[in-house]
Amino acid sequence: MATTETVPPPDASAAGHVPLLHVEDLQVEFRTRDGVAKAVNGVSFSLEEGQTLAILGESGSGKSVTAQAVMGILDTPPGFVTGGAVRFRGQDLLTLPEDERRAYRGRSISMIFQDALSSLNPVFTVGWQIGEMFRVHEGLSKKNAKQRAIELMELVRIPAARERVNDYPHQFSGGMRQRIMIAMAISLDPDVLIADEPTTALDVTVQAQIMELLADLQRERKMGLILITHDLGVVADVADKISVMYAGRIMERALVGDIYARPAHPYTKGLLESIPRVDLKGQELAAIKGLPPSLTRIPTGCEFNPRCPYAQDICRENRPPLLEVVPGRFSACHFATEVLDGTI
Amino acid sequence: MEPSSPSGEVVLEVKELVKYFPLTTGIVFKRRVGDVKAVDGVSFELHRGETLGVVGESGCGKSTLAKLLIQLERPTSGHAMFKGENIYDAKGKALRRLRRNIQIIFQDPYSSLNPRMTVGDIVGEPFDIHSEVAPKGDRQRRVQELLDVVGLNPEHINRYPHQFSGGQRQRIGIARGLALRPEIIICDEPVSALDVSVQAQVVNLLEKLQDEFGLSYIFIAHDLSVVRHISDRVAVMYLGRFAELGTDVQIYERPAHPYTQALLSAVPVPDPAVRGQREQIILAGDPPSPANPPSGCRFRTRCWKATDKCAEEVPALVVRPGVDHEAACHYAAIREDVVVVHH
Repeated sequence: MATTETVPPPDASAAGHVPLLHVEDLQVEFRTRDGVAKAVNGVSFSLEEGQTLAILGESGSGKSVTAQAVMGILDTPPGFVTGGAVRFRGQDLLTLPEDERRAYRGRSISMIFQDALSSLNPVFTVGWQIGEMFRVHEGLSKKNAKQRAIELMELVRIPAARERVNDYPHQFSGGMRQRIMIAMAISLDPDVLIADEPTTALDVTVQAQIMELLADLQRERKMGLILITHDLGVVADVADKISVMYAGRIMERALVGDIYARPAHPYTKGLLESIPRVDLKGQELAAIKGLPPSLTRIPTGCEFNPRCPYAQDICRENRPPLLEVVPGRFSACHFATEVLDGTI
Repeated sequence: MEPSSPSGEVVLEVKELVKYFPLTTGIVFKRRVGDVKAVDGVSFELHRGETLGVVGESGCGKSTLAKLLIQLERPTSGHAMFKGENIYDAKGKALRRLRRNIQIIFQDPYSSLNPRMTVGDIVGEPFDIHSEVAPKGDRQRRVQELLDVVGLNPEHINRYPHQFSGGQRQRIGIARGLALRPEIIICDEPVSALDVSVQAQVVNLLEKLQDEFGLSYIFIAHDLSVVRHISDRVAVMYLGRFAELGTDVQIYERPAHPYTQALLSAVPVPDPAVRGQREQIILAGDPPSPANPPSGCRFRTRCWKATDKCAEEVPALVVRPGVDHEAACHYAAIREDVVVVHH
């Protein structure tokens, strides 16, 4: 049973240690006209202060839904959290009534989104929107809130912040808008920052600026950072550990260096091999055949079996639990040891 | 694969291509107050069977260049010769014949296919205009052949685009691009909207088709690793101009233009083992507006090498001493510490 799987404390020494954020066996489903879609199916992970966890997955893998459920901003209906726990410093947020949970949002766990333009309100100035955090959560006056907004804009390195505080979102470039989103997200000094594809809509030179800013802020404030992305390059650059998601489940979990050096799951292996590499120029890319499954019709057995080059009968019948292959490395594959050793 | 190209015959020669979009003010009486200089003097040659990659950030003019080459836009000045014939002078029958030979594949397979048409109608539509390619009775067979070539089930000819996934839709777009047996296909960000696992399938397909039909590609993208994989030569574009042009090895391993160096150093390498092993150049600010580009070198406002000369004199795209390929920088110099080769 996959549900019996637990996340070990990252520091083996820490018996009785309470992680900053601990998600356990999270289940989310979407009830649609076409049936029930299991978007997240037993996801567990934990995060410590100052640590960066990357959740890697393709579209439809459930990575953003996981983030929304942790943050408590899932659209309900159609989305429902049907099981699991989200513990922030030991407190399960899922059992809290909404008015108590709200106190955690922004102050304890905060989030930035992919598309900054549609996440900002076009009819208010950016200063007003950043200041709203202080007016609502801390009861500051308009004047003081604006002053704090200017300070935050300077912190996220927006040039001429004092003049630009009265500008509207459309007057900023994509990179500057993402900085404004970051300013809002860190305004209440959260302990956990969830960044959902923060640079996907940006050009590479701007992406580099934003990732550098996030890394600096994280270091200064000792935030735990959950980076949700499909970009294997970004993950390799910044993450400490990765969870690879596919069809609503975690397929593999390990420290970042281990996964790139030697994947322990055929899906991760396929993803890494499908990146063009210099030394293989002119050869065919090792593409993963087929398509990710529809979440209303997830295959029986292993979710990845119809696309897996190593699939056997057991893979079509039994779903492999996420188990520890070697210390610190988890894989949900019947043949994890063989994949890790490279014997298949 | 060694570039088979430079020996091949030149199929397209683009010379000083310029496209300005007028900026106007006023509602009734429009006054021209300036221009957006989307493409401002681009020249290159494309050989048979060659892939020329064009990389650049949003707003650099790469999509306008694509539109000019398939004649969706007319250039402000300059010309493009397809096998010795200026495509912008052609009219009537000659124009139709030229259009047949240069086709395009668009970025977004969701919005570039008409949702009310079946796959058969979409892929077969080019034959309505160019009926000489496929006589009426032969069309269905031809469409099914095309679907087969791009790896779709020929029996799905009567399905609608929404019944296909993103990767399959992109295959439909490719089949449509192939229908008229063109010599050149402009690929405008053909895999940007696709997931990593599906992206590789489409890149493989494009390479297979190139070998099979002897196609020449202009491959426009912002993903530098995909461009390197597929291209024989690569052009780096910045604010309407080519900053640097060379073979894939020259551009990716010996970049000479500061912009190329910054761009390469900013691309995350999917290998944690090389973290911190290369110089990272973080550029300040955003690219300037193409409506009001800097004088002289367009990159000088973000460049760490800029001097007075850069503000006064536009650097030509030429081979300078010490560099083995063309770069549009007065101080072009090869720099290798910004790139790492990962295996």
